[in-house]
Amino acid sequence: MTTFRKGLVLALGITMTAVSAAACGGGDGDVPAAAGPNEHVELTLATFTEFGYEALIPEYERLHPNIKITHRKTGQGGPYAQDMMTKLAAGSGLADVQAVEEGHLSDILSKSSKLNDLSQIGPSGVSPDRWLSWKYEAGKDKNGKLIGYGTDIGPLAMCYRKDLLAAAGLPSDPEAVKPLFATWDSYFAAGAQYTAKTGKAWFDSAAQNFNSMVNQLPVGYLDTSDKLTVENNQGIKDAWTKVTDAVAKGESAKLTAFSNEWNSGFKQSAFATKACPAWMLGVIKEQAGPDNAGKWAVTAAFPGGGGNWGGSYLTVPKQSKHPREAAELAAWLTAPEQQIKAFEAKGNFPSQTKALESPQLLNATDAYFGGAKIGELFAEQAKKVAKPQYKGPNDGQIQENVASPALQSVEQGASAADGWQRLVDGAKKLAR
Amino acid sequence: MTVTNKTAPESRATTRPQTAPRPGLRDRLARWDVKISPYLYVAPFFIVFAIVGMFPLLYTAYVSLFSWKAGDDDPDFIGLDNFKELFADTQFWHALENTVSIFLLSSVPQLIIALLLAAVLTLRLRGATGWRVGILLPYAASLVALGIIFANLFGPRYGLVNGVLQTLGLSPVDWQANRFASHVAIAIMVNWRWTGYNALIVLAAMQAIPKELHEAALIDGAGTVRRFTHVTLPLLKPTLIFVTITSTIGGLQIFTEPKLFDAMPGSNNGGSTHQFQTVTLYLYQTAFENFDLGYASAIAWVLFLIIVVIALINYFLTGRLAGRRK
Repeated sequence: MTTFRKGLVLALGITMTAVSAAACGGGDGDVPAAAGPNEHVELTLATFTEFGYEALIPEYERLHPNIKITHRKTGQGGPYAQDMMTKLAAGSGLADVQAVEEGHLSDILSKSSKLNDLSQIGPSGVSPDRWLSWKYEAGKDKNGKLIGYGTDIGPLAMCYRKDLLAAAGLPSDPEAVKPLFATWDSYFAAGAQYTAKTGKAWFDSAAQNFNSMVNQLPVGYLDTSDKLTVENNQGIKDAWTKVTDAVAKGESAKLTAFSNEWNSGFKQSAFATKACPAWMLGVIKEQAGPDNAGKWAVTAAFPGGGGNWGGSYLTVPKQSKHPREAAELAAWLTAPEQQIKAFEAKGNFPSQTKALESPQLLNATDAYFGGAKIGELFAEQAKKVAKPQYKGPNDGQIQENVASPALQSVEQGASAADGWQRLVDGAKKLAR
Repeated sequence: MTVTNKTAPESRATTRPQTAPRPGLRDRLARWDVKISPYLYVAPFFIVFAIVGMFPLLYTAYVSLFSWKAGDDDPDFIGLDNFKELFADTQFWHALENTVSIFLLSSVPQLIIALLLAAVLTLRLRGATGWRVGILLPYAASLVALGIIFANLFGPRYGLVNGVLQTLGLSPVDWQANRFASHVAIAIMVNWRWTGYNALIVLAAMQAIPKELHEAALIDGAGTVRRFTHVTLPLLKPTLIFVTITSTIGGLQIFTEPKLFDAMPGSNNGGSTHQFQTVTLYLYQTAFENFDLGYASAIAWVLFLIIVVIALINYFLTGRLAGRRK
């Protein structure tokens, strides 16, 4: 009996040691000083999908012989953002330079204490006027702390099917369609006309338009004191009414963005117009396929002015051991010259004012979209984007997990009032 | 050291351990070896279990007592408030209903079909091994790949299943919008993957039934059906209970199929009105999308308790059945 007990104590002892060894602590302190010019520094850079940095990293290493960069590339943005949030919370595991997508920026901004203020530690030559002002401003937290340097953007324009509009007796020339896409009212009215005539859908899904409309408002789901506005925000309610009315008229193809059905929808010509951030052109080309080449067109107009969907920032977490070197790398990668190279490599649309004037960008055309001067067109659209809307914590989740499903339920047959109630209740639950 | 020195303590240790006046180091080591070594040999499992099983379980219980958002520096202790809120959370009960519904729609037909399949496979078939391997093939395929393929098949507008329904003159079903239809579609995915696996387990048990019993029944004039219901089935009971319990545990934790079935890629909503959101999907969404770790821990513990209760029911059922047989 005694031997048994002793053995048990021993086993427990081993276990406890193992458990306490597994638990570890982390802390943060002041920003470490910059390393000397000849000191060897290893930096990590974490990005998702395509940033077009493959050729830029060796170039930076050539310019800075003491710096070695490891590039961690991840496929999908969603899991990447989850991973970043958990590592931010855990206090370790993040890269020195960590990319953040615009859709997840509000979550990261609400944890801004765990990130470095780039206006403090960044190289002195980087001034706010490098970027479009709305892009720069959106990278700041409530207290004005700059947590990210802007990389690319997704200025919105309208893509449409020339042939389908012409067949329905609507104007189809890129200049002639602009009045149709001037305001949301004119857009939905044109859609009603199109649907009545052809019996086919005008846009892909309600959520795509609703999100753009909410993003154009001065105040979104949360106000600057992080209070939920949904119930009393007339702008959101109006957007809801307009979109659900359009759904009731049969204008929606009811195809959730990026789903398999949506992909098939492009091939089946299931809808005639599509809210188009710059990067959407590549998606359309891939999904609609060569059979539909020349049928799609894009015009420098978007209902309600301009808007932005997508684009990223480069941040430097406080976990970084070399924050100054990391900030310098982030600043270099987001300089206009480098962003133009990234645009040429992967088509990521730059957010830097100088890059938007670059002839390489302005002369870019796209044969699939009838040879449209897409560089010039999206540069024009980027300048139409208004002041950035403040995004509180959970803003992204309200949009993705509450508003979009609520609209989907309306498309699946629920009443607009039920859907609205679902939106309000869901947002309240998330914001509690 | 000399040879005599070397052998002396050994003989003392084995032949006269009690009378040795001063045990040498070797002697003591040998005794420790007998006493301690077995524990060292079994320790690795317990150490690993403590780290990856016990510790997370207890830590989850601890976290569930806090209002803990990921990244919070000092979370508030709120006692059992998370559990109180959970019991009043309609979304949780809705998810539990979905889970049970999907579980019933999958397990019941699955076990019946597995039993019949096994019964057919015990017959003298040409190429028996081929057939047996064949029914296990769906189990070998990647679950994620299956999820994506099935979600495509059940697409509301361009899916193959609706295409077939329409060519047969039936009206298409919106597999994702309709709560019951979505459960059926997910259950079909689960069944497709697990039926063969369960059939093989039942088959093994069937083949362990002594031939004499069947022969005796034959002499008594029992037909095939009668022998199946009166000989095979009663003797299969323990196996059937095992299969039922494993599929119950699997069914209550169902995650991948509903996640991939959502029209919104990567979504954890389980449909626009959560019509097919299961408890694990809700747990995952709470923890890793909303980063509400305290609340997610409460869900995890309630799910754990539900599974424990079902395991206990199994224990009593097996005990009663074994008792009745004697």
